[in-house]
Amino acid sequence: MGQTTLNIHPAAGKGAPPAPPPNDLYAKRQQIYPKLAHGKFRLVKWAVMAATLTIYYAIPWVRWERGEGIPNQAVLADFESEKFYFFFIEIWPQDIHYLAGLLILSALGLFLVTSLLGRVWCGYTCPQTVWTDLYIWVERAFEGDRAARMRLDKSPMNFNKLWRKLGKHTVWLVIAFWTGGAFILYWHDAPTIARGWFAGEAPLSAYWFAGILTLTTYFLAGWMREQVCTYMCPWPRIQAALTDEHALNVTYRYDRGEPRGPKRKSETWDARGDCIDCDQCVQVCPMGIDIRNGSQLECIHCALCIDACDEMMTKIDRPTGLIAYDTDIAVAARAAQTTPPNYRLIRSRTVLYAVLMIAINTLMIWGLATRATIEANVLKDRSPPFVQLSNGDIQNGYTLKLVNKLSEARTMLIEIEGPEGLNYSVIGIAHDSEGALELPVEPHGVDRYRILVSAPAGEVQRQITITVTDKYSGEADVNRASFRGPSQ
Amino acid sequence: MTEETKDVDSHSGVETTGHSWDGIKELNNPLPRWWLIIWYITIGWAVVYMVLMPAVPALPGLGTNTTGLRNHSDRDLVGEAVQELKTARVAQSAALLDASLETIETDRNLQQFALAMGESLFGDNCATCHGAGGRGAIGYPILADDVWLWDGTLDGIEYTLRHGIRHEADVDTRYSLMPAFGRDKLLSPAQIDDLTEYVLNLSGAEADMDAVARAAPIYSQQCVACHMADGTGDRSQGAPNLTDAEWLYGNSPEAIYSTIYNARNSHMPAWQDRLDDASIKALAVYVHTLGGGE
Repeated sequence: MGQTTLNIHPAAGKGAPPAPPPNDLYAKRQQIYPKLAHGKFRLVKWAVMAATLTIYYAIPWVRWERGEGIPNQAVLADFESEKFYFFFIEIWPQDIHYLAGLLILSALGLFLVTSLLGRVWCGYTCPQTVWTDLYIWVERAFEGDRAARMRLDKSPMNFNKLWRKLGKHTVWLVIAFWTGGAFILYWHDAPTIARGWFAGEAPLSAYWFAGILTLTTYFLAGWMREQVCTYMCPWPRIQAALTDEHALNVTYRYDRGEPRGPKRKSETWDARGDCIDCDQCVQVCPMGIDIRNGSQLECIHCALCIDACDEMMTKIDRPTGLIAYDTDIAVAARAAQTTPPNYRLIRSRTVLYAVLMIAINTLMIWGLATRATIEANVLKDRSPPFVQLSNGDIQNGYTLKLVNKLSEARTMLIEIEGPEGLNYSVIGIAHDSEGALELPVEPHGVDRYRILVSAPAGEVQRQITITVTDKYSGEADVNRASFRGPSQ
Repeated sequence: MTEETKDVDSHSGVETTGHSWDGIKELNNPLPRWWLIIWYITIGWAVVYMVLMPAVPALPGLGTNTTGLRNHSDRDLVGEAVQELKTARVAQSAALLDASLETIETDRNLQQFALAMGESLFGDNCATCHGAGGRGAIGYPILADDVWLWDGTLDGIEYTLRHGIRHEADVDTRYSLMPAFGRDKLLSPAQIDDLTEYVLNLSGAEADMDAVARAAPIYSQQCVACHMADGTGDRSQGAPNLTDAEWLYGNSPEAIYSTIYNARNSHMPAWQDRLDDASIKALAVYVHTLGGGE
């Protein structure tokens, strides 16, 4: 670890990681025992953890009435009927591009936040961080804080160690199972699947995914922890390209801290830095790094070192903020005895991300607000492409699919225009007294109709226009389709 | 054995394989532990799998392949799945049996079910000859147009499906025979030549009018009984209309000559022997909707 350090300042020599011994290229993982930090960022993290976990566990139970025969779960990915429900939004397979838009928005949001505030996503809201934090909290409850845990791990197995370890892993597994179990609630009606799951009536996939997520939660949050961020996650690599010297990062202000070292009572604060090398920032770090080495790939910017350092600074009666959210450019300026520039919220990249986000948001809201509630798709028969009727006319067959996104039955009128002398009929539907063809459409579903269109033989290789209009609302969908005949 | 000397890389302290390419040596690092563990797990899994599942093929003297402790058989599973599907369809199949063909075609729910069922049955059983979507081929009638040899109504199509055409095992089959006028020496080749021109003339094609005049008495003697005096045919005998634009065996003089000379009496099996009643009804509705149902 530490080879990937991005921005080591010149004074960071002491905390620099030791070079790997020449004979062993394999570095064994060092177990990290993060100490409990106290302070405002720790409080924020508890609050964010409570909020995100509540959202995750509670959302599937929220109900949202949509009408008869339609699921009343507020957030539901319903694979059986191929629909995705999100409160008042309903995504059909035809609308899948909204999902792509949502993913693009998420990516841009991540970019914007990273260019403004560094890796706040990693430090506060990433599921890996949240669940690891929760697991460490459980670990602390059973085994005590850092020093006690280290002692326990070194001690030989005895009853005390056994029950503490067993207890911890049991609670971990329960949390893991709860996590994996909550996941499947998003894909089925929550009360039904929850009951069915324990009664052994749920689909196999529900057991499979609950099992997989139980295991991944247990291993990733209990055993792998910081290795997920360092070795498995691509985001630390990507964020290096997104952050810059203007971004607010968790930063050790070396301009104030150096030269560091333990301070004797007799010593004054003149001609030395504020860092007393107490190692608190390292001990609370869940990633096991030393923030004083500068911006690092491993650092998830959870700000716990800020809390630890502030606590210590208060104790020794020095101003807090030796480690703080700061920009590289400000630290460098102070180190060079110049005035640090103000934090710049508006920079070309933040403006670009914001503008892109607003544009995509606008586009999606506009699309959602104006999207059609009826969709007609015309599929021409490919075999046979056409037939000649006994009177010499050419006939083509089509399948019309009508998608009704409203939860009420509708009546659609169909009209077809094309070559002169064109005739059309819909199988199973008779012309009404005024000669119109009325197609009933099921509420909230897809209806298929078979259409036959014929025209005199001279009129071949032409297009026809199929217009489907709601008898009452007048909403219409116009489709073109080819009309084929023998080539001449 | 030659004496082995260990070549240790001075930079990393790792033993090399002793191979050197342009001075570049390969380190003999051990396999990563995680990799080895996974490898051992897969070996263990392979043993478990071989015990539980069919794994060893039928070697000579062994008779059959091993079945494994779980007695797993994909073939049986497919059978079970098909049975399950049939059970799931019982209600709708029963509804098909109860309803008349007209009701099935106009009732939205029955129609959708019958068409979906008919489409897959048609693909499995009928498309081999009649082509996908009933597009037809030389000798195999197009089902998507409005020309019918026997009967294009729903009931007529169902009857044809049930009993077939010239299917001798079925006493109710649709049956008719055109004599092989040339092969059986009923007419001379010259007379058949003239008749060919006559038939071409019936459908409005260019024809030798002298030959047509010569053939007129032969037509009224030999052909009228089935194809009628005006050539419009007789559906009760499956005698095709000779005046329309549709030619089952082609409209070239050669094709028509060959038809008169050899006769063409093609067959269709009686499907009631092979398909259940619900399937036949679904197929009848499907064929009726293809393009030319009456």
